Amino acid sequence: MFEYCADPSAIEGLEWWSCYLTTAKHFAFYKSFGTVLVLLFATVPFILLLGFAGALARRSKAFPLRVFGLAYTSIVRGVPDIVFFLFALIALDQGIEYLRHITLCPDWSEPIRQGSDFIVCSEAKMPLGSAPQWQHELYGFFLAMTGFAVVFGAFAANTMYGALQAVPHGQLETGVAFGMSPRQIFRRIHLPQMWIYALPGLSNLWMILVKATPLLFLLGVEDIVYWARELGGTKIGLYSYPHGDWRLAYFVVLLVFYLTLTWVSERVFERLTRFVSKGQDTLGGTL
Amino acid sequence: MNIFTKIAMAAALAATLGATAVSAQTVRMGTEGAYPPFNFVNDNGEIDGFEREVGDELCARANLECVWVTNEWDSIIPNLTSGNYDTIIAGMSITEERDQVIDFTQEYFPPDPSRYMVLADAELSDGAVVAAQTATIQAGYLASTGYTLVEFATADETIAAVRSGEADAVLADASFLAEIVDASNGELAFTGDPVSIGGGVGIGVRESDGELKDKLNAAIDSMKADGTLSALIAKWFDGREVSY
Repeated sequence: MFEYCADPSAIEGLEWWSCYLTTAKHFAFYKSFGTVLVLLFATVPFILLLGFAGALARRSKAFPLRVFGLAYTSIVRGVPDIVFFLFALIALDQGIEYLRHITLCPDWSEPIRQGSDFIVCSEAKMPLGSAPQWQHELYGFFLAMTGFAVVFGAFAANTMYGALQAVPHGQLETGVAFGMSPRQIFRRIHLPQMWIYALPGLSNLWMILVKATPLLFLLGVEDIVYWARELGGTKIGLYSYPHGDWRLAYFVVLLVFYLTLTWVSERVFERLTRFVSKGQDTLGGTL
Repeated sequence: MNIFTKIAMAAALAATLGATAVSAQTVRMGTEGAYPPFNFVNDNGEIDGFEREVGDELCARANLECVWVTNEWDSIIPNLTSGNYDTIIAGMSITEERDQVIDFTQEYFPPDPSRYMVLADAELSDGAVVAAQTATIQAGYLASTGYTLVEFATADETIAAVRSGEADAVLADASFLAEIVDASNGELAFTGDPVSIGGGVGIGVRESDGELKDKLNAAIDSMKADGTLSALIAKWFDGREVSY
């Protein structure tokens, strides 16, 4: 980055550090913090949406919907994350490619599965084999978002289902007494009153989600833990900046990052809790 | 911008468009990026090493356009068969076990003995804890010996385990360990006799990808014939002499 960095073996001290910390590899490390944060924030709306849909499905009067809701929350919560990320998402990826394959290459005669190989015509590849690397990365990012949304959505569904069930009868009956329709009762009383019960569970989910990002590497998204391990490992003379085992230092940086994120999250959830506690007839409620 | 720069730019643009139009098939080269000097991610964040140079040369000779991608060692074969990339060029020894799942080109690096590396003054006793990278030929071999095997996801972690005392020794390709022993200022040393485990190192391709395999084989042939491959091996492996 700086001019004096041209020959790293000739410099030392502060100059060495200023060069070392500004290599392209380090910038990839710094950028991965952004990737992780973007992924987290972009996924949350989908988690809440799926969670809400799952909770409603479980409470539905229609039997098939109820079964679907129960199956979704139980199965996805029961499958280990790493299995889900390795198999369900690769299946999703292959499913997309298969659909593209039958629409784009109808004349293809060879089988799709040959032994352990999964073969579709090159036009059906997702993204195309000739596509630039950033498109592959974006696609991996999209798969990761889908994975996190589905897995954490199942947990959120259970939390929200419990929260919806926890709202006292009396409050809903008051709505009936005021002549509200069932829909009005749900929108104006049931839903707003649910949040105070859902929030602790949802905040737990958020904290677990924050720490689950190393799973991303399974999908080829290079997250902060990957880069910390890669940069911190012992570097022999082939590298421009040889050094010993510095993984501890890099992981301390990650520790600081995660603790800061936790601290900020706690502040935000505190405010949210205060907001939804307003007017609640509970121990934590305020008037 | 005057008219001449405009013309020059248009010409340049046409040239690049023309080049992409005739350019050959894109091949995605999958590697681990954590196994110097075979392959590693250099300080510019690019894939570098012996295999990078070999791969680029092979692609030029076979008229393929190559893109390099990294993938964790542990899942490098499944991701090839599911089509995330088209080759594995990651210091992978040709073994019968792997050959059942994927295909290999001919070797571009000769069979390399594996060696045990320990802390300089340590001995390797029976029942010692020996580290190896997951899903390597060494891990498979250790399971059949009297040593206790501990597996790590990356080669670097196996070395760190020996340094920290978590493992008594590491078993790995001698060509990978050589540089680490050299760079350790006498802290680490080889022990025992070299063990021959796997075959040579080849490029992994999908079993259904015979066409690509033939192209790469032809390119490896031509690199062996004119001595470029031997020169690259000598360059990256401390002057090692190979007769191809």
